[in-house]
Amino acid sequence: MNLKLRVWRQRSAAEKGKMVTYQVTDVSPDMSFLEMLDVLNEQLILDGEDPVSFDHDCREGICGSCGVMINGRAHGNGLFDDHPQTTTCQLHMRSFKDGDTIDIEPWRATAFPVIKDLAVDRSALDRIIQSGGYISAPTGTAPEAHSILVAKKDSDAAFDAATCIGCGACVAACPNASSMLFTASKVTHLGLMPQGQPERNDRVVNMIHQQDLEGFGGCTNIGECSASCPKGISMENISRLNHDLLGALRAGARPKS
Amino acid sequence: MVTVTHSGQRRTPKAAKTSSVFKKVVMAVSGIILVLYLIAHMVGNLKLFAGAQTFNGYSEWIRRIGEPAVPGQTVLWIIRVVLLAAVVAHAWAAISLWRQAKRARPQQYVARKQVAQSYASRTMRWGGVILGLFIVYHILDLTLGVANPAGHDSTPYDRAIAGFSNPLVTLVYVVALLALGFHLRHGVWSATQTLGQSNKTRERTVNAFATVFAVVLTAGFLIPPLSVLVGIIE
Amino acid sequence: MALDLFTVGDPIADTKAPMDVPIGERWSERRFRAKLVNRANRRKLTVIVVGTGLAGGSAAATLGEAGYKVKSFWYQDSPRRAHSVAAQGGINAAKNYRNDGDSVHRLFYDTVKGGDFRSRENNVHRLAEVSVNIIDQCVAQGVPFAREYGGLLDNRSFGGTQVSRTFYARGQTGQQLLYGAYQALERQMAAGTVEQFARTEMLDLIVVDGRARGIVARDLVTGEISTHFADAVVLATGGYSNVFYLSTNAKGSNATAIWRAHKRGALFANPCYTQIHPTCIPVHGEYQSKLTLMSESLRNDGRVWVPKERGDDRDPRQIPEDERDYYLERLYPSFGNLVPRDIASRQAKNVCDEGRGVGPNGLGVYLDFAEAMQRLGRPAIEAKYGNLFDMYAQITGEDPYEVPMRIYPAVHYTMGGLWVDYDLQSTIPGLFVIGEANFSDHGANRLGASALMQGLADGYFVLPNTINDYLASGPFEKVDAGHPAAVQALEEVRAQTDRLLSINGNRTTASFHRELGRLMFDLCGMERSEESLRKALDRIPEIRQEFWTNVRVPGEAGRFNQSLEHAGRVADFIELAELMCVDALHRNESCGGHFRAESQTPDGEALRDDENYAYVAAWEWTPEGVPPVLHKEALEFEYVHLAQRSYK
Ligand SMILES: Cc1cc2nc3c(=O)[nH]c(=O)nc-3n(C[C@H](O)[C@H](O)[C@H](O)COP(=O)(O)OP(=O)(O)OC[C@H]3O[C@@H](n4cnc5c(N)ncnc54)[C@H](O)[C@@H]3O)c2cc1C
Ligand code: HEM
Ligand code: HEM
Ligand code: SF4
Ligand code: F3S
Ligand code: FES
Repeated sequence: MNLKLRVWRQRSAAEKGKMVTYQVTDVSPDMSFLEMLDVLNEQLILDGEDPVSFDHDCREGICGSCGVMINGRAHGNGLFDDHPQTTTCQLHMRSFKDGDTIDIEPWRATAFPVIKDLAVDRSALDRIIQSGGYISAPTGTAPEAHSILVAKKDSDAAFDAATCIGCGACVAACPNASSMLFTASKVTHLGLMPQGQPERNDRVVNMIHQQDLEGFGGCTNIGECSASCPKGISMENISRLNHDLLGALRAGARPKS
Repeated sequence: MVTVTHSGQRRTPKAAKTSSVFKKVVMAVSGIILVLYLIAHMVGNLKLFAGAQTFNGYSEWIRRIGEPAVPGQTVLWIIRVVLLAAVVAHAWAAISLWRQAKRARPQQYVARKQVAQSYASRTMRWGGVILGLFIVYHILDLTLGVANPAGHDSTPYDRAIAGFSNPLVTLVYVVALLALGFHLRHGVWSATQTLGQSNKTRERTVNAFATVFAVVLTAGFLIPPLSVLVGIIE
Repeated sequence: MALDLFTVGDPIADTKAPMDVPIGERWSERRFRAKLVNRANRRKLTVIVVGTGLAGGSAAATLGEAGYKVKSFWYQDSPRRAHSVAAQGGINAAKNYRNDGDSVHRLFYDTVKGGDFRSRENNVHRLAEVSVNIIDQCVAQGVPFAREYGGLLDNRSFGGTQVSRTFYARGQTGQQLLYGAYQALERQMAAGTVEQFARTEMLDLIVVDGRARGIVARDLVTGEISTHFADAVVLATGGYSNVFYLSTNAKGSNATAIWRAHKRGALFANPCYTQIHPTCIPVHGEYQSKLTLMSESLRNDGRVWVPKERGDDRDPRQIPEDERDYYLERLYPSFGNLVPRDIASRQAKNVCDEGRGVGPNGLGVYLDFAEAMQRLGRPAIEAKYGNLFDMYAQITGEDPYEVPMRIYPAVHYTMGGLWVDYDLQSTIPGLFVIGEANFSDHGANRLGASALMQGLADGYFVLPNTINDYLASGPFEKVDAGHPAAVQALEEVRAQTDRLLSINGNRTTASFHRELGRLMFDLCGMERSEESLRKALDRIPEIRQEFWTNVRVPGEAGRFNQSLEHAGRVADFIELAELMCVDALHRNESCGGHFRAESQTPDGEALRDDENYAYVAAWEWTPEGVPPVLHKEALEFEYVHLAQRSYK
């Protein structure tokens, strides 16, 4: 396959970027999207040009490092009806056709400043976790595991929410650049477990507050996030977050400043 | 901390001082107040079919509710104040979230494709603006009569007939009502989410209800003006 | 023996385990004897922890909670991305929740035997003891383990063990355990006890007066190279499977941290012990960058076979039963498709070497579910393996419900690593090594579901207890960036960086990495022989030479430069590869994952030589041109008696 790529090139956060066109030839349909970019980069290096930076690590859809906008869709999700939602590293070139033009852009959000080209800084998501996305259980203080029973239904639902890989595609896809789905997945995961109850109110209040502080937009329930999420985190989690938040505010929880 | 966004450089959005979820709740609650009003209003409007007397009587009745326990128009004014407060709060929250969203993504994508977003959800903001403008015009038209061909000292029934006989005026209403329909289609679903009342099993029901509700309300509002235009009511 | 390749130095031994008490009491006795650090003094003590995987994340969080000043480093953007996140199958613990006869002793026994008697009994016993606490800790943190309807934790049997002791969270156990540790770590970051250095790569160790006192690290965003100091340094940087280029490890997984520490004096133990996992998706092309593991639970229902005839390229569904060779069932009638990883892998290689491999390049065997589908029905298979089948379909574009899957072994785990004593301290005082980065608990072969256990045991429970003993003699004399040792280390790192950027040759780093990887896989992979290893040892120095004269690394040092990161890692892999081959060559026996062609039973099974090789090979680094020095730690088996493994 031969493809035309239009790739966002930006040397650093401080400099302006632009789309640059590259031609890649002999792309095998069995390549992953990132392998296709590897081929481009090797070619660029040998041509004496600057290779395209992009984040990646596990290349098996679990670490959440990778992620670019492909033809206007986060991880390309939603472009192809025939395969499940996926991460960029698990998208394969057989989904494209010979002669296609592919636009590749970084996640765009104030809270995700561009580092270089397609790599952005997502540490804002970690700071949301820092503000309350945990259960305080210092090492060594834990009771015997079977002293805490968790209904299978709750445990399964908590697991579903906990599979969020923190890739940031939800933010990238949301018209408001909101990280609501990310935050909601953690609030739901911990809020469904008995161990998560003592900190439940403070957790949700603080995490939402931090999300606002980081400069994310507010959620208006559009649903692009869930449609772009490689792990299929559902909109139900957002509703659950809102429910928890209202309960917490009624109970008098206020964000730490 | 080695990150690109040192906390010093990060500009704390003003919006964060009031939580974005709080704003959403304000919108949902004020939206529901407006919806409740509109349901009653739509039913009232259908009285146009019952003729001038009934309709004007109804208008009179609104102004007399509660008499003689309270002075004339008290309840009406309470309604008006609540409605005004709701509209103002609703618009404030909407604008504030709009601005937060703009700040959250100053640089747009070169290529963009939406899949989950419906026409209704995409047009919430500009649709809301149309609704806001419409409400002002509508009050000048039918409540105060200053923008109405029948003038301000006519009866409400006359004003309605006079206005809707004019295809242009009716067109304005039709546009506004379609905007309302879309606004409610997404609004009802969105409010359910915002108030934390949706979940996976309910999701489909909520969405179906939102559609049916939006259609019924829009149709209910549309029937009287269209009937006037085509001469069923005269 | 290849005496030209190395020299033998003084033997070494662990001196920390209290040998005067029975094995079951040694860990508590060690904790009792270890010196403590007063809480008020902990604040004055700084610990650097490099790595935020299960080992590093849990250690940094626990040390932070304990009151030490912790500095945490990792190369990804978020601690949650450490490669532990990719572990699928599960984590072992001797909880005996199934009442099926499990116990600390049985887990200890299985692990020593599984490691083919090349691990240290004391460490393994402690691992088994601590395993039960790990589950408690993780549950308290909210890790959503699989549960039964009654709300109790579910268990499964994994990797051929006869008891059900594996705890799991669907196929994402590593992810969920890591998020537990990550959340605990983020909590400490918010509390200010742990300072964070994201996207920062350790490039050297600073040793002052014989003690590890800091690191040199490069901020990968700004390119700034700087020094960081502490009273102790903990390395938790994971494994080095990426020496083989294609492996199941993350692209960024590297040996740099441990290799540079090795060059500063830490002994490197058993570098040749690598684990090759039998159920990975086969290589499909030259451009391939990564191999994907599929949980070995697939072998519970899938049957492994190849055509009897070589070069039979018919559609597998057209090949009649009697022309198929279900070779694992044939060779190992009692364990069949469930033989341990090393055996399943090697047999796959054997049939492919015979020319009976399947798939585009003949490097693959079938894993067939047709029979299971008939027996259990498609819905049952979907429920059990649906996500793995989807993953397979996604990567290969083939539908495994219709056509048998193709699998091939891939490098997966490295049992070797920096040598540590019972306290997890390396041969450099103040340098502790935990998780996959050390060599400690798995001997020559790691059993499934025990790496996660080891990472968390080290990080939550072992290191935080043993490091006190060392830190109790601190705070040590203040060291700052002006100290000659720090200046020298920093200058060396700068010089290497500048050198890489200035070569400006004609080959990309990736091309060297691919070449090295293929060579290692072919010559020092599933089967090694004196001949193959000698060949590798001839070729590697040439690759190194060419790398340093002909690599092209674009860009600048003072910027985000992923090419530079990769080049530095490959430079270290080349050096490590050489040591791996020397180690493999010197160990003229087969054990666990290390199979020497010269040492096999008449029917082709691994043949251990306990007489000559029941030791840990700990290597001392020597400058180029001088052969490395081998220090032996004799292994004694007091509680589990030496026996030949048999899975027939
Ligand atoms: C696909 C796969 C599946 C597996 N499944 C299982 C399983 O089911 N059960 C099981 O028990 N084990 C399994 N394992 C093995 C197990 O996951 C690993 O051995 C274990 O997670 C390693 O943890 P760690 O903390 O030692 O290192 P890692 O998780 O690899 O973490 C390394 C850390 O060090 C950092 N780092 C590395 N180099 C540097 C440097 N130079 N400078 C700064 N930071 C650095 C990284 O950023 C990272 O934070 C699996 C492994 C793989 C690859
Ligand atoms: C003044 C003019 C108006 C403006 C500017 C406006 C704007 C908006 C906006 C931007 C939203 C958020 C969209 C979203 O959640 O996706 C919204 C929601 C909503 N609006 Fe309006 N609107 C206006 C008038 C009305 C009226 C007249 C009604 C009542 C009939 C109404 C009912 C609702 C409801 C129920 C919601 C959902 C609240 C929620 O999302 O939680 N709006 N409006
Ligand atoms: C075709 C549809 C409509 C008709 C025929 C209609 C008719 C009227 C009439 C006759 C009045 C004056 C009542 C009186 O003064 O006694 C009125 C008032 C009003 N209408 Fe409507 N209306 C319609 C649609 C709407 C819509 C869509 C909205 C809101 C989005 C709306 C909001 C109002 C408001 C706020 C008032 C003022 C109430 C008051 O303060 O007295 N109307 N309408
Ligand atoms: S919710 Fe989904 S899209 Fe968002 S960060 Fe998590 S995995 Fe990525
Ligand atoms: S797309 Fe955005 S508006 Fe909310 S529902 Fe998803 S975060
Ligand atoms: S590289 Fe890890 S999810 Fe894509």
